[in-house]
Amino acid sequence: MNTLALSVMLFTMISVTVVTIYFFILVLKTPPRPEPDSYSENDDEPRP
Amino acid sequence: MSANNESWGSRVGLILAMAGNAVGFGNFLRFPVQAVQNGGGAFIIPYLVCFLLMGIPLLWIEWSIGRFGGRFGYHSTPFILNSLDKRRFWKYLGVFGVWTNIAVAAYYCYLESWTLSYVYHSLVGSFSDLSQTQIAQFFNDYVNLSVSTSGIPYEPIFFFVVCLALNTWVLSRGLSGGVEKVAKIGMPLLILFGMFLAFKGFTITAGEDGAINDSSVGLNFLWTPNFDSLWSPKVWLAAAGQIFFTLSVGMGSIQCYASYMRSKDDIALSAMSAGWMNEFVEVVLGSSIIIPIAVGYLGIDNVIELTKSGGLGLGFRTLPYLFYQWGDLLGALSGVMWFGLLFFAGITSSLAMGTPWMSFLMDEFKWKRESAAWSFGIIVFVLGMPTVLFFNYGVFDEYDYWSGTVSLVVFAMIESILFAWVFGIDKGMREINAGSDIQVPNIYRFIIKYITPTFILLVFLSSLVTPKDGNWDEALSGNWVLDDSSIIRKITNAGLKEQITAATDAATKANLEDTLMFVNGSRLLLVVLFLSITYLVYVAYNRRLKEGEI
Repeated sequence: MNTLALSVMLFTMISVTVVTIYFFILVLKTPPRPEPDSYSENDDEPRP
Repeated sequence: MSANNESWGSRVGLILAMAGNAVGFGNFLRFPVQAVQNGGGAFIIPYLVCFLLMGIPLLWIEWSIGRFGGRFGYHSTPFILNSLDKRRFWKYLGVFGVWTNIAVAAYYCYLESWTLSYVYHSLVGSFSDLSQTQIAQFFNDYVNLSVSTSGIPYEPIFFFVVCLALNTWVLSRGLSGGVEKVAKIGMPLLILFGMFLAFKGFTITAGEDGAINDSSVGLNFLWTPNFDSLWSPKVWLAAAGQIFFTLSVGMGSIQCYASYMRSKDDIALSAMSAGWMNEFVEVVLGSSIIIPIAVGYLGIDNVIELTKSGGLGLGFRTLPYLFYQWGDLLGALSGVMWFGLLFFAGITSSLAMGTPWMSFLMDEFKWKRESAAWSFGIIVFVLGMPTVLFFNYGVFDEYDYWSGTVSLVVFAMIESILFAWVFGIDKGMREINAGSDIQVPNIYRFIIKYITPTFILLVFLSSLVTPKDGNWDEALSGNWVLDDSSIIRKITNAGLKEQITAATDAATKANLEDTLMFVNGSRLLLVVLFLSITYLVYVAYNRRLKEGEI
């Protein structure tokens, strides 16, 4: 592979992967909001 | 009291469903082809610029519009748009957000059914002893109803019905019980299958298993940047178009999904996470499969020729043959993975297309979820059958052009103007930032107000007057001849009519005349659908007025 193509490919792929993982980890690490929130899985009582 | 008490199960589930909505066939079939045709590695520059200036702002706009409307109990765009501004016409413009989904689902589910069928054929080994030409012919036979490739009579109709029934059943299970579960299973599997095929794409060695090139040749072909292309408007418009279609913005499904969120919950970070997940699948996985594998076995010249008709031909007519160069077992396994990942990409998108219509019926006409889901299945079946029966007469392409291309741009333009200029950018930014887990950079106030609508307008204008063969340099130098794909030429059927006039052979002429009839017929169907939904919105509005809800 020529150096320029390899550089563009690696830079793009690594950047996109890092940003994707960064935002997803941020989502996972953010503590849930107090109830009632938008999500039913953490409800104390099942929704109707 | 609305019968609609849907909710999401978890935040990760919502993000996966949103990402699944965005990830579609285009991530694997359209993006790599666009890249090789528009500057190779240099294409990534306009592509990412458009993602930052148009894609992300539109995601934030749609997520926040949806969540805002949900506050008033609205879960479909006619009434969501009307909640941002009280003037009546907004709800009729919001019809686009229901209509587009049904119309796109009508042909998209047919495409999805091909992947289901090809998973089956990969499993039973239908491709194992076929030559490249025979596999290409296999596809032609498949879409031609007169030949059954598996012994099942009317095979495309059978798989279309199975696919629709599956979609309908999942939709009838609700957001957390159906859509979210499919996304939680489908998205990780899609990424896993994609990584396996990308690994194969990266490890092809010339001389082994019939390969004529190393992977590096295909990757060079795809990633070598032609920086001169950055000066071409064609490349920028292609990048903007790709961002548009890959994120599923301008459809009405994102607003619908987001309308089931509460105002104190984050949308800014969730939208970023879902958007970047789509980019990962497209840029990292999408670029590592079809081009390196196809170039490895067929060479650059053949791939250039094959990509002229888009990625669909490469994906269905060529890849099954190339997989079998790795042996029967790995060929079958790779076929299952390739068409399996396309199936998951498809179903997570088609499920998103069902929810706006269902939400509309549940909100406005108090329908139960199951009945609403079945009504979606039936409408898509009726509307989709012409794409199955008359595929060779351009019905599929006609649906795709008007509902899957033009309508998205028009609706995105409408909502971006409504959000930034009518609802107001101050209120809009407050809405995006409400409950946010990240601080949206202040520069986005300017971008959302000026840059994003301008970008969308440019995409629309360029579609309206696309110059012949996309040659903008010649058009801008004064010789502006419209391409047959431009809206102006398309709406008048100018290209088709010229072909009819030029045809000398009676059979060809008759075939083109039939095509013209089917093209007009499919447009009529789309118009009837749009007017029917508009009428239902009118009835729903009057009902709300009568009940004092407005």
